[in-house]
Amino acid sequence: MKFTWFHLMPWPHMPDDFRQKHRSVWVDLPNKMYQPELGHIAYHQYLDQLEYAEKVGFDGIGVNEHHANAYGLMPSPNIMAATLTRRTSKAALVVLGNSIALYNPPLRVAEEMAMLDVLSGGRLIAGFPVGTSMDTNYAYGTVPALTRERYAEAHDLIRKAWAADEPFAFNGRYTKLRYVNCWPKPIQNPPPVFIPGGGSVETYDFCLDNTYSYSYLSYSGYLRAKLLMEGYWKRVAERKADESPYRAGFAQVICVADTDEEAERLYGPHVSYFYNRCLHVYPGFADAPGYRTIKTIQSGALSQFAPGSGRDYPNMSWKDLTEGRYIVAGSPETVRQQMEELIKTLRVGNVFCLLHIGNMPDDKVRHSTRLFAEKVMPHLRNLWPDWKNHDDRFWCHPMHEPVPTRIAAE
Amino acid sequence: MSFLVLKTPPAKVEVVQAGKGRDLLFLHGAGGHMPNDPLLATLATKYRVSAPLLPGYGRSEGEDGLRDMLDVTLHALDVMEKLKLKNPIVVGHSMGGMIAAEMASIAHTEIEKLCLLAPAGLWLDDHPIADIFAKLPYELPALLFHDAEAGKKLLTAGGGDMGDIEFLKQFLVMNARRLGMAGKLLFPIPDRGLAGRLHRITAKTLIVWGREDVLIPPIYGDAFKKAVSKSKLIKIAKAGHAVGQEKPAAVLKAIQDFF
Repeated sequence: MKFTWFHLMPWPHMPDDFRQKHRSVWVDLPNKMYQPELGHIAYHQYLDQLEYAEKVGFDGIGVNEHHANAYGLMPSPNIMAATLTRRTSKAALVVLGNSIALYNPPLRVAEEMAMLDVLSGGRLIAGFPVGTSMDTNYAYGTVPALTRERYAEAHDLIRKAWAADEPFAFNGRYTKLRYVNCWPKPIQNPPPVFIPGGGSVETYDFCLDNTYSYSYLSYSGYLRAKLLMEGYWKRVAERKADESPYRAGFAQVICVADTDEEAERLYGPHVSYFYNRCLHVYPGFADAPGYRTIKTIQSGALSQFAPGSGRDYPNMSWKDLTEGRYIVAGSPETVRQQMEELIKTLRVGNVFCLLHIGNMPDDKVRHSTRLFAEKVMPHLRNLWPDWKNHDDRFWCHPMHEPVPTRIAAE
Repeated sequence: MSFLVLKTPPAKVEVVQAGKGRDLLFLHGAGGHMPNDPLLATLATKYRVSAPLLPGYGRSEGEDGLRDMLDVTLHALDVMEKLKLKNPIVVGHSMGGMIAAEMASIAHTEIEKLCLLAPAGLWLDDHPIADIFAKLPYELPALLFHDAEAGKKLLTAGGGDMGDIEFLKQFLVMNARRLGMAGKLLFPIPDRGLAGRLHRITAKTLIVWGREDVLIPPIYGDAFKKAVSKSKLIKIAKAGHAVGQEKPAAVLKAIQDFF
């Protein structure tokens, strides 16, 4: 098993009446709510937490990209990852990822990720999301129905740019470059790639075609993820690919305390902050028409839009969230049992652990993180013995002797 | 009304035809034709109306091959040619007006009579146009009609049950096809450079606006009027953006009087 400690970096100062005062945490939330001096503190605390995660033994530390929102404050995940290259030395840097349809030219992604891979000594795991509709369409103006074509072309360019040893011409529909010449080149060629997906068959095939790991990032927990992941594994079988669990990953909100009751007391308010403020997205921004393919809509993967299936977060109690396994929370033993069930039922080799939640203060983040690392993680390490608990195709390959960054600084 | 299927590259095009008289080509807005569209029915009392559906709408196909304004404009000109219309009045509403204006700019020797009903295509920083792509269905009647209640009835005529998962799926597919296509011209800002081409229009041009249009404010009518040389602007009272559906008789009269 590989455990990545993932940070969303939310704005932790949204007021109690946020839902009443604002229609959306994303796209049109006035940025007068953002206070740069408090942002300075939050950024450094968040980066400290990622560094702490490496110290206590997580395999990877993760960042991602979002725009115009208080849900996640990393318009440029590469800047965050760059600071981490200097302050960590072992953990994989999971950049999940760069929304490649948004860069002009997308060669920029190939270059910056190559920089990160070189800086970190081959610790980069690259992610290529399409990006949410809020980010990609509403905040960054990409035409919804052209987003996927743009994405596919950007992907093609990035992979070619990493692979080439000589300059070449790229005549795309959206990007035309007479000289593609990626300096620097990544140490890993190519770095392993994780693809965040939401249930479209096209994305399953894209991952299988390219030997990328499929990552389902959901906040509704592993019980509801089962159907989608079964679809993925069915496709893996149809394509006659091997069933390495490392072909898949899942994100999970996790809270660990000494007892189940203590978990509710310690983390309840922050979980509530996350589900009720960080996820408060105006439905008009959630899904621009044309953003999803017709095939995906027809497949019924979006049946969550049916009336009655909507998740009523404002009225969900701690009991609802834990019993429904939206979140995995409780004592180390409770969390261990549920995580084992998650890993086995979804058949995932990667877990993206969300241990900072909403407006959780630093001491609680570290408490929960340490308990997970010391009392939960060791018991989950050996769940895929048939695969020797590792798959080289889906993890980074660091240099054997990277420069100690402290010496480099002196 | 009858349906005609044309083979126009890249694929087939559905055309609604109705009425007798002089030829009138009608290009719909981003919402497509309304159920029992009152404007088409009214125009058909005096004209031979041909109303093709843009790829992505109804049974018209080939939207994946149309990516930008030029693709769509040339496609519309091809459809007009295939229909063998004789010196038609080219009428376009909203997005259709934008397409019609582009056609008349690019093929200005081919289009002599142009009627723009609250066309999209211009952008004035001081008068931003509402973002239709971020609107929820229940918000549309008030955005499109002066009389929102009557507009709601028009929009939902023959509607199905949103609680039925199959109907919902069909609705989502239809909505994604239509507005996915419209987004190529209108998202995120409905400006594809038309302002720089309007001066090429030589057609006699009638511009019609609803005085109560809250989607594209009537001041845009003045901007179009200023940019198109042989043009006249008429503003119709108690009408919103769907001016043709809300006041079909007044729009018909304006067209008859002008041409």
